[in-house]
Amino acid sequence: MLLEVRDLHVEFRTRDGVAKAVNGVTYSVDEGETLAVLGESGSGKSVTAQAVMGILDTPPGKITAGEILFKGQDLLKFKEEERRKVRGAQMAMIFQDALSSLNPVLSVGAQLGEMFTVHRGASRKEAKAKAIELMDRVRIPGAASRVGDYPHQFSGGMRQRIMIAMALALEPALIIADEPTTALDVTVQAQVMDLLAELQRELHMGLILITHDLGVVADVADRIAVMYAGRIVESAPVHDIYKAPAHPYTKGLLESIPRLDQKGRELYAIKGLPPNLMHIPPGCAFNPRCPMAQDVCRTDVPPLYEVTEAGTDRVSACHFWRECLNG
Amino acid sequence: MAERKNGAVAEHLNAPLGEPILQVRGLVKHYPLTRGIVFRKQVGAVKAVDGVDFDLVAGETLGIVGESGCGKSTVAKMLVNLERPTAGEIRYKGDDITKLSGRALKAVRRNIQMVFQDPYTSLNPRMTVGDIIGEPYEIHPEVAPKGDRRRQVQDLLDVVGLNPEYINRYPHQFSGGQRQRIGIARGLALRPEIIVADEPVSALDVSVQAQVINLMDRLQTEFNLSYVFIAHDLSIVRHISDRVGVMYLGRIVETGRDAEIYDHPTHPYTQALLSAVPVPDPEAREHRERIILFGDVPSPANIPSGCRFRTRCWKAAERCAMEVPLLAVPAEFRYEAGPAAHDSACHFAEEKQVVPQEEPGPVAPVESVEPPVEPTDGSA
Repeated sequence: MLLEVRDLHVEFRTRDGVAKAVNGVTYSVDEGETLAVLGESGSGKSVTAQAVMGILDTPPGKITAGEILFKGQDLLKFKEEERRKVRGAQMAMIFQDALSSLNPVLSVGAQLGEMFTVHRGASRKEAKAKAIELMDRVRIPGAASRVGDYPHQFSGGMRQRIMIAMALALEPALIIADEPTTALDVTVQAQVMDLLAELQRELHMGLILITHDLGVVADVADRIAVMYAGRIVESAPVHDIYKAPAHPYTKGLLESIPRLDQKGRELYAIKGLPPNLMHIPPGCAFNPRCPMAQDVCRTDVPPLYEVTEAGTDRVSACHFWRECLNG
Repeated sequence: MAERKNGAVAEHLNAPLGEPILQVRGLVKHYPLTRGIVFRKQVGAVKAVDGVDFDLVAGETLGIVGESGCGKSTVAKMLVNLERPTAGEIRYKGDDITKLSGRALKAVRRNIQMVFQDPYTSLNPRMTVGDIIGEPYEIHPEVAPKGDRRRQVQDLLDVVGLNPEYINRYPHQFSGGQRQRIGIARGLALRPEIIVADEPVSALDVSVQAQVINLMDRLQTEFNLSYVFIAHDLSIVRHISDRVGVMYLGRIVETGRDAEIYDHPTHPYTQALLSAVPVPDPEAREHRERIILFGDVPSPANIPSGCRFRTRCWKAAERCAMEVPLLAVPAEFRYEAGPAAHDSACHFAEEKQVVPQEEPGPVAPVESVEPPVEPTDGSA
């Protein structure tokens, strides 16, 4: 297994109290596999990724428990210097907003080349050549003439390609893409997702795709982990989960999206709001919004049950996963 | 070639049924580009909207889709008179509102209200919810007498599904979905006939999005509202709209009833746009044809000659650079009454199914494609 996150807990200590952003997340990605982490804002999907990358703001954030095993080694036991060698070279991240993630006062060539001068000790000339090669690879037209351009001179889609190029620069084993196409238009989103999927296949990388878009997930993912209030509520191979969700939250999400291929009856709407992370409800965090909730859901936190019907290798954090599958 | 030119642009076969409440003709908005500080001279123009025509019938929803920069938000602003058009007409029940001013304009504005995209910045953080929703009454006091306003606001809160006791709270005390409900309540305050909604659910989470869409659906029937619903999300637009217009670079390139556009698109841009939308069905990914457009949308300050889509179109020929295609039923479909016979501004319009169909259609494989989940009973 390339990456295994085990029972990760992250808290944010703020003036108003402790926000429990991640409450026992467990997931894993293998080489060449695409894991989609699906969740709404505040579900802890980005915080988990930041903890894996080692770019969590501490303080206020604090990892209170858990392990992050990368190629068998627990990254949380690494010193910051060792961590820095892993970051960029072994695992890299693509952020949502390319404009604010790129340095506006450095040319894109300089920012791409920096990867090679810092990690590989390349000369500036070599670095520039590498930068052009990378820009070619992510299909930026006229790479050689645009290597000296600044981020604002590129369109949104092109900037996101540069982000991808930067993440790929040192051919890492793992890429974490945090909402890589959310800020892009659909036609450009299709270009960028296509490119990302192709490069992943070529380099046989593990990819963690963080998103809230059920459509994008269905298009590219192998496995899905659905997060709610800082926990994984369901995890399964992509085909199984869309066919038969085993958690009422997943089910609600799938029913609440309007479809391109269907005209509309009234949409199913999950009632209520996601919980405040400072006051997560006792028992199952989803229970106040759940149409199937029983007394046990208000008192006992559901463990991750093995879902033995409807596919293999799937888990659900619902006391009534069987009923959910069949109803 | 000749017969295409004769095709009238606006009134024809699939004009909407019923009396239009709003008629938009030749709407244009150009923002001048100037050079020099002391001696300003115009060196060009950003052609944000460059000739848009459509009708809106009472009680219907017209969806306008397009990517960023296509001019859809500028159209919205002109409809509510936040921007003055450079040219063109917006006729509300026959009166051109672009020519009105003073009292007559104020009366019209009461009937056309707007709901904005971002519920975080469109509400004044220093005003209470009661003041925000009640503010329209300050400008149009005839709608609600002073003593009655508080009760009216509480009614509105109730109508949009918020607790009327929240009237004295501030926007920051609400979640995104609740704020959008406040924005909708403000839009309803003057009991308008038309609501222009510019990306009303784009900033919301999926589970909350559905709540707001259902609310808008319900309000439409309750108050007999007409919506102009502007969004970039094609699935949402299909869900809510009766008719759809697809915009590209300041013009509507294809328009028709929802099934005509989604199941029988004839314009290459619409086809590419639809094929690029991810469908939440992993079974569809293997046998779905994707049209991946190359390049980006050209700058609206420098629009290509002829057909404005030709720089990204795989069908583009010499003719496309010479001749602007008109928005009309293409000649090849003009004499058949099928769903392909709707307005499409393309010289080489051709029907093509790009959205996987429910019934085993030409794209579906042997195993019939089922929707992944059925709605649960009584849950909505």
